[in-house]
Amino acid sequence: MGGTASDIEFAVDIRGAALSYGGAPLFDGLDIRLEAGLWTCLLGPSGVGKTSLLRLIAGLDGAAAGRVRTGPVAYMGQSDLLLPWANALENAVLGARLRGERPDFDRARRLLIEVGLGDAVRALPATLSGGERQRVALVRTLMEDRPVVLMDEPFSSLDAITRHAAQDLAARMLAGRSVLLVTHDPLEALRLGDRVHVMTGRPAALESQPVPDLAPPRDVRDPAVLAAQGELLARLAA
Amino acid sequence: MKAALRMAAVTAGLLILWQAVVWATGAQPFILPGPPAVLAALASHSGLLLTHAGTTLAEILLGLGIGAVLGAFSALVIAHLRPARLWLLPVLVASQAVPVFAIAPVLVLWLGYGMASKVAMAVLIIFFPVTAAFYDGLSRTDPGWLDLARSMGASRWRQLLRLRIPAALPACASGLRVATAVAPIGAVVGEWVGASAGLGYLMLHANARMQVDLMFAALVVLAAMALILYFTVDRLLRLAVPWQVDTLWQEQEKEPVEP
Repeated sequence: MGGTASDIEFAVDIRGAALSYGGAPLFDGLDIRLEAGLWTCLLGPSGVGKTSLLRLIAGLDGAAAGRVRTGPVAYMGQSDLLLPWANALENAVLGARLRGERPDFDRARRLLIEVGLGDAVRALPATLSGGERQRVALVRTLMEDRPVVLMDEPFSSLDAITRHAAQDLAARMLAGRSVLLVTHDPLEALRLGDRVHVMTGRPAALESQPVPDLAPPRDVRDPAVLAAQGELLARLAA
Repeated sequence: MKAALRMAAVTAGLLILWQAVVWATGAQPFILPGPPAVLAALASHSGLLLTHAGTTLAEILLGLGIGAVLGAFSALVIAHLRPARLWLLPVLVASQAVPVFAIAPVLVLWLGYGMASKVAMAVLIIFFPVTAAFYDGLSRTDPGWLDLARSMGASRWRQLLRLRIPAALPACASGLRVATAVAPIGAVVGEWVGASAGLGYLMLHANARMQVDLMFAALVVLAAMALILYFTVDRLLRLAVPWQVDTLWQEQEKEPVEP
């Protein structure tokens, strides 16, 4: 990465990425940089290509053109993707199991306690609530211990109160990592994002949005946050 | 307890129907013996029936065991190796076009009058439902799980071991249930074609000597055996796949919501 002192360190750097879906181009010549250690939130209408961009960075789909530079990433999808036959602890150490490594059960147990699931270590996913399941998924993501974390609407299936708590928890647990969060919720982006981008059009383009000058997770009652939410909603509805 | 009562009621109903048919048609005992005659035959030939039932049960269990293992193994091979999927899958499907009944004499010719030919027959019948159901399950793993596994750096082999196989177990269990239900057919057909022991052999033998009551008694034993086997396997499979929720049995207990 950069040679001059003015360069900021980037966790993910995408230049001129092109991707099409069903013959139609989703984006072409797309540039985006994720600054190291910051939360970048990506907003935009359904089907604009947010998830595709995330999958491109995760290495799950290849780009038709362009260059993707990224460190090791951990991926958190729209649903919790917990295995129904494995308990919370086994789900948390899935990554090690899938790589044939010895799982670090002590660390998994500590993290489960830290997210408030100390009593549910042996519980099967079916016996947990949606918020609890999402917390297990968060622990599973943390167990990967990757510098870059990609999250695709991880809280969209939760009710407003649970989502609020999950956002605070994720902000606390993922502090210091470079996070790309895809979301539909302007308030979520403004609570958590150090940077907020709106993705619109076809082929899609990115537009950076101003964020309140406060440290995340921001207070939802703050007038600056609420004003920015109104601006952002109007921008998205336009 | 409720289930046992229901079972008893169904059995009693069928027995009454059976006796009613005997009375209504005035059928001779050597055409259709009534339940009391069959019960008497069951009692008087109990030792004979038990011996032959043991042979048939051994054939069924061996066939079920070998067939299930072979079926599961071939499903894994087809699912994991692309060339096997391209070349073996059509062969497997085509093999089902040949009725097992038609090759039963050949199997007896090759493997003799003993248990081997009957076990082979049962294996042939059991093999396919297990392979088909398990393969179906293996090929329908949630794409989200596979994406997650790839992002975690899992090899294909570990994806199979940790995700595809456990996720396919409910489907595999369905295949095993079907296999358990059809397994007795394989064993009995084999015994009809050529055997010196087993319930199928006993039925054929009794039929030829006009011991129709004994034939029916053998049939009752065979049916009872098949039922017990099915319910045992079903119970074991439910225990083995506890995370598979049965929504059909749950919905009966829940009332529809009033609009």
